[in-house]
Amino acid sequence: MERHLSESIFKNYWKRKTINVFFHILLIFGTILATTPLFSVFGYVVSKGIPAIDFDFFTQLPKPIGETGGGMANALVGTCTLILLASIIGIPWGISVGTYLSEYQAKSKLTQVIRFSADMLASIPSIIIGLFIYALIVIHMKRFSALAGGIALGILIIPTVARTTEELLKMVPMHIREAGLALGLPRWKVILWIVLSGSKSAIITGIMLSIARVAGETAPLLFTAFGNHFWQSGLDQPIASLPVQIYTYAISPYEDWHRQAWAGAFVLVMLVFTMNLLIRLIGLRWGRKN
Amino acid sequence: MNAILETRNLNAWFGNTQALQNISLDVDHNTITAIIGPSGCGKSTFIRCLNRLHEEVPDAKAQGQVIVEGKDIYAPKVDPVAIRRKIGMVFQKPNPFPSLTVFENVAIGLKLAGLKRGVALKEVVEKSLKLTALWDEVKDKLHTPGTSLSGGQQQRLCIARALAVEPAVLLMDEPTSALDPISTARIEELVTDLKKTVTIVIVTHNMQQAARISDKTAFFLLGELIEYDNTSRIFTAPKDKKTERYITGRFG
Repeated sequence: MERHLSESIFKNYWKRKTINVFFHILLIFGTILATTPLFSVFGYVVSKGIPAIDFDFFTQLPKPIGETGGGMANALVGTCTLILLASIIGIPWGISVGTYLSEYQAKSKLTQVIRFSADMLASIPSIIIGLFIYALIVIHMKRFSALAGGIALGILIIPTVARTTEELLKMVPMHIREAGLALGLPRWKVILWIVLSGSKSAIITGIMLSIARVAGETAPLLFTAFGNHFWQSGLDQPIASLPVQIYTYAISPYEDWHRQAWAGAFVLVMLVFTMNLLIRLIGLRWGRKN
Repeated sequence: MNAILETRNLNAWFGNTQALQNISLDVDHNTITAIIGPSGCGKSTFIRCLNRLHEEVPDAKAQGQVIVEGKDIYAPKVDPVAIRRKIGMVFQKPNPFPSLTVFENVAIGLKLAGLKRGVALKEVVEKSLKLTALWDEVKDKLHTPGTSLSGGQQQRLCIARALAVEPAVLLMDEPTSALDPISTARIEELVTDLKKTVTIVIVTHNMQQAARISDKTAFFLLGELIEYDNTSRIFTAPKDKKTERYITGRFG
């Protein structure tokens, strides 16, 4: 009887071993399949971008059609301006919503509606947000502007910032809040100086990630910021941005513009890449400290 | 001796479940009162009513009188925030505030209340850390995160944090249940010393602990106060059969 059992275990052993190896290979294959697009896009952009890039790209304005040379200096500054505007609008708004969701009546009807709306807003295609700002601001101002572009991007980061903040604040244990209250501190001070301040590194990481994501947004900028070929003269004027500039140059019929579009793509990818890398490094250091 | 803290017919609920039934007891100045009883008997709820923290839980409410230094803290128009400044609390799990340093953890109560700054604040922090016998251990790492200390040190840090705002009463909710025996012994020693400065009400699961450190002991069962007397009396000649059975380990 015992001998019989050990024999069958032995037979099963090889069967299990084979199945194990098979699925192991399947998983490795799946991982390669999933990461191939990322690495091929990255590799392609780098191989096309590095030969295309030159010093002028960072310092010169675009040249008129027909002339070669020039750069995207204005678009670089423009993207930074738009990100700054989006941050000013989206970050405080998002953090406020997230804090409300986590700290005040986490289970009431109203908070459920707000939470659902934030999730809905996050899944609305960005071009619709652009269209909305076009109808709301561009038509009324009668011109495209940096402000409209910034607001569109700002709206895009609100739901991610809000939900990240909410999730992170929920991770702060209840007894931490109670310890704050037990010190005789009013609720808002406990939330601001103990709960929010205690998770600030993680919240900053979340915010940076959502900013890195909107840095490459093109669609909502097409009919809000629009783009221009000069230095920005005011926030109520159209503004150039890397993604839109890349788009315009890439669909043009000129060889030199194609080259610059690749250079632009390379710079944009590197921008997002370094931002993500930086966030990881900060996160790693922060994780070790605690 | 006159009482610093008196409860009169204190009732507490979680939703529709009554957790405390007509609790009336007096706590004297500069004494240690231990609250003992099996899990779920309302010990923690009771001391959480004493600083009005109970009502912070959704659906929880309390009714009755808690008179601290002659004033009913459940009277209308009393601000719970002001009450909590006079009645400190230490929790079951050591809970230093995340990403604050040792110094900031102790200083935060006064700092956020806008009471002290600069040199005066440093003095209070040093005094509080000395009171909890933590100063010598942490004086060189005041600016490292509070969470980097050991469990026992963290709990003493939390006691220092509560003492920094100079409360009249210190509530302790099973402060040693998450600690090893050596840290527990240090906290017990500390609590006995602190009696000189502050009145202490301590919830404990550990009957030996209650017997070792407290002057008076209250035995709770199913939300009721069964017996309240001098500790020596409770542990040698309890009046109630239920108390006797509990302290001799025959139930609970």
